[in-house]
Amino acid sequence: MFRNQYDSDVTVWSPQGRLHQVEYAMEAVKLGSATVGLKNKQFAVLIALKRAVSELSAYQKKIIPIDDHIGISISGLTADARMLSRFMRTECLNHRYSHDAPMPVGRLIALVGNKMQICTQRYDKRPLGVGLLVAGYDDQGPHIYQTCPSANFFDCRAMAIGARSQSARTYLEKHLNTFMDSDLQELVAHGLRALRDTLPNEVELNTKNVSIAIVGPKTPLRVSDEAELTRFLALVEGEERRGGGASATGDAGPAPDRPAGEDRDPQAAVAMDTE
Amino acid sequence: MAFMGDMINPLPFWQNGPAPAAFYNFPGNSSNGPIGQSTQDFKAHSANPITTTTTVIGLKFDKGCVIAADTLGSYGSLARFRDCPRVLKVNDLILLGSGGDYADYQYLRDIIEQKIIDEQCIGDGLQLKPKSLYCWLTRVLYNKRSKMDPLWNNYVVAGIQDGEPFLGAVDKLGTAYEDATIATGMGAYMATPLLRDALEKGPLDEESAKALARKCMEVLFYRDARSFPRYQLGVVTADGVIVEDPVELKHDWTLAHMIQMK
Repeated sequence: MFRNQYDSDVTVWSPQGRLHQVEYAMEAVKLGSATVGLKNKQFAVLIALKRAVSELSAYQKKIIPIDDHIGISISGLTADARMLSRFMRTECLNHRYSHDAPMPVGRLIALVGNKMQICTQRYDKRPLGVGLLVAGYDDQGPHIYQTCPSANFFDCRAMAIGARSQSARTYLEKHLNTFMDSDLQELVAHGLRALRDTLPNEVELNTKNVSIAIVGPKTPLRVSDEAELTRFLALVEGEERRGGGASATGDAGPAPDRPAGEDRDPQAAVAMDTE
Repeated sequence: MAFMGDMINPLPFWQNGPAPAAFYNFPGNSSNGPIGQSTQDFKAHSANPITTTTTVIGLKFDKGCVIAADTLGSYGSLARFRDCPRVLKVNDLILLGSGGDYADYQYLRDIIEQKIIDEQCIGDGLQLKPKSLYCWLTRVLYNKRSKMDPLWNNYVVAGIQDGEPFLGAVDKLGTAYEDATIATGMGAYMATPLLRDALEKGPLDEESAKALARKCMEVLFYRDARSFPRYQLGVVTADGVIVEDPVELKHDWTLAHMIQMK
């Protein structure tokens, strides 16, 4: 295909005005397991599906605390996520030290976006292959932000990224108007249901493969322990799944979530946000 | 290639060596004399304040804070510059007063104003808060003093922090403290008792706080040898910051004849 001439270097535009390397990096995000973020008037919540490489290994951590008031959930290359989280932690810490106040979430996201943009404009770097969902609480209230390898970032009311996350997004869109007035329990329940919609048929949510993080007023970022996870999972136990059974690719392994369409160009809508 | 950098930002060919087309001071040699001097870096060690300003006073009242300072820049014992305003509106929440070297204040003032401009450019509706500026100033001043290159100033930061009045002081060593009354320079000895006595009786309202500040400026003019009768008052409340134009003190020397020098 003619796009193959223009896709080996991030500094080369395609004739259609696309940077294919950036779009391929976005595909890496879709390979990671799903994660959901949503907020109500006070709290921001992250819910992530953890994946184990094999039965022998532990489940990969998806939620990384950044500061008392900010946490992130990752999807994509974990190593790239570690670099970003180290940067975010340093910025938050320096801000707290010099200003005696927590860093405003939006400003941190802008710094992350600027850092990621550098990688999309140099011939000796590659875009970071990780998408983040950032949950934070500051003077302006709770926030959910999404970042992409394209260095775009979006302020969201709710969002889901990762493998088969379209089902989760559908659920979130359907119930969007109820989130603001939900209390914390209902909010987490909604998030768990959204996450459950991304599961293949034979996989269930349990305390081993789910991670929940909550942040809010007078509530420093807290990643739920086993007891709290059990309580939250009990809220959605025994419910029917809506629109489940997304794909036939058995376990939550690193298979792509639709048949690899080599002849099909990736959708450019999300990748290159040129507005 | 990554190790060559690129056209616009080339990486240097070597580290720790002579820069192309410049004199190189070999490490380990003592100063190379007149020719060597011109290419050495100039490092400041300690500083002497040149044009100085005197006391700043600050006090809290029920709904905000008042800061007062005169407008004289002294050149040693010469009362040289009579219009040196040093009460600054930083943003709608913060008032800053400065005493000490005037050039150092001007330098930091520009940096602080740029910080505010940068914040406006971000445009997210969040404003710098007084405690954050106070903390930032402490870190900057302490850092400079630790390099033996201090900014020779006393700062008084006043403002509204999360709905409550805030008042703090930072000096050239990076010593920082908060209090309901602050006075720097000569005022620390003369104005502090007046301010504390008044506040001990109970919280003040805006008018009595301003009257108290004016009284302190009057006492300071009589007794501080580096003071001046024109001064500025600044007030910060939840409604915003007002820095008034300089006013002239009315001073009465009729009792001067009573002072006998033996």
